[in-house]
Amino acid sequence: MPDSSPSLSAPRARDTTTSATNSVRATERVVLDDQAIRRTLMRMAHEIVESADGLDRLYLVAIPNGGVPLGRVLSDNLESLTGHRPPMGILDTTLYRDDLSSRGSRPQLRRTEMPSSVDDHVVVLVDDVVSTGRTLRAGMDALMDFGRPSHVRVMALVDRGHRELPIKIDYVGKNLPTQPGEKVVFRAEEAGGGEASGLVGELELAVRSEPGLTAEGADS
Amino acid sequence: MIGRDILGIEDLSREDIDTILETAERMQEIGTREVKKVPTLRGRTLINLFFEPSTRTQTSFEIAGKRLAADVVNFSVSSSSVSKRETLLDTAKTLDAMDPDVVVVRHKVAGVPHRLAEVLEAPVINAGDGAHEHPSQALLDMLTVREQKGQIEGLTVTIIGDIAHSRVARSNIYGFTKLGAEVRVAGPPTMLPAHVESLGVKSFTNLREAIEGADVVMALRIQMERLEGACFPSVREYASTFGLDRAKLRFAKEDAIVMHPGPVNRGVELAHELADHRPSVILDQVRNGVALRMALLYLVAGRGGH
Repeated sequence: MPDSSPSLSAPRARDTTTSATNSVRATERVVLDDQAIRRTLMRMAHEIVESADGLDRLYLVAIPNGGVPLGRVLSDNLESLTGHRPPMGILDTTLYRDDLSSRGSRPQLRRTEMPSSVDDHVVVLVDDVVSTGRTLRAGMDALMDFGRPSHVRVMALVDRGHRELPIKIDYVGKNLPTQPGEKVVFRAEEAGGGEASGLVGELELAVRSEPGLTAEGADS
Repeated sequence: MIGRDILGIEDLSREDIDTILETAERMQEIGTREVKKVPTLRGRTLINLFFEPSTRTQTSFEIAGKRLAADVVNFSVSSSSVSKRETLLDTAKTLDAMDPDVVVVRHKVAGVPHRLAEVLEAPVINAGDGAHEHPSQALLDMLTVREQKGQIEGLTVTIIGDIAHSRVARSNIYGFTKLGAEVRVAGPPTMLPAHVESLGVKSFTNLREAIEGADVVMALRIQMERLEGACFPSVREYASTFGLDRAKLRFAKEDAIVMHPGPVNRGVELAHELADHRPSVILDQVRNGVALRMALLYLVAGRGGH
């Protein structure tokens, strides 16, 4: 599934993601650094506050891996703007994917934790990079198994285009048109104190070009 | 990399076991939902092919399949009628023609799932073959221990009972030793296989020594009908010597857990007082069985390619 691969590489250490396995050297340019991402997330929190009717019913649902640190920062921002911290769930979409039978091996499952019912809430799905829209389709199906939200919105740090399904993003951090063979990589460093601290380490978004790789190959 | 079939723990690497347990840990969450179903295996068919009756394992695989949205067909065969070899291969061919995506097999003869795996297009999961292996039971036991103890490496696991004839014991010995636990087996000498130490375990005929300092104590079901007179003089004598009760459990670690693959012969291998409450985790084993079997089905069923 093309648009889920960037999030798969999210929590890894920086140096492991840059080691190219093929002989052609991959080049990488940073598109958004930590500061830029945090500024973007503050702007997006403002947008959510402006547009949401029923801020008290807001519920963030992060799609792992990349959506989780973004959701945390967004949640902090929303709290500082409104004084109210929205609940945040984590929803793995793997078991809802549409390409499971065409793959040789099964993708690793990530965790799902939905702290409370989504019934009648305004759910904002949080993802790092959106492309084909297939992950979001899976995410919406998964979400519906947890109840009946009054609204579902989508927030993505990056929209890289190449949509294959009729899905629009409500809150976009950055539009980033990409070429075949380019891969958008979002990374979040583990913060000191680990997962439980709720802190988010350094964030970075980069575009990696691997000449010779097709779009298909770059995303697998 | 997990292969096409799941036939035994002996064939699995430590990494394979970790992958299965991690997948099962994710599957546990689905059992806590109001809607306990995901669409992953929609349109896939699971056949439960049981040549030997087993309500528990069969139900567990059935629920696991249904929670992944597979169509589940239970196919129980009495193996007593025709010549076994013909029945088996004929059954296999018949099944093949129905295009299942995974076949779960239980048979009283060791090696049957392996033979079927050679003939069938669909992947095969061994749900117990003779006295050989019962991989899904051992994996759910490992899942339960990991849940209770955090990790398996470095633990001491004592298995008590008919080690020689138990597929549960054999699969658990392979599994727990691969994950770095010290495994001890205990029972009357007639129930301990010769050269059991070659599997990397310590064997004891004195229960107290076997339990001393253990983190996990697992009692196996005694097949009373079959074994009385053959392996021990009387059920009562077995119960007093090797039956687990609070007094004997005192020698284990203070936070030791008690396990049993079920169904329990109360008052024989396990005292009433231990069967129902902590430190017994028997019902956790059953609950984890569903998540573990969901993981196996996810990892092998309908992977495409044939």
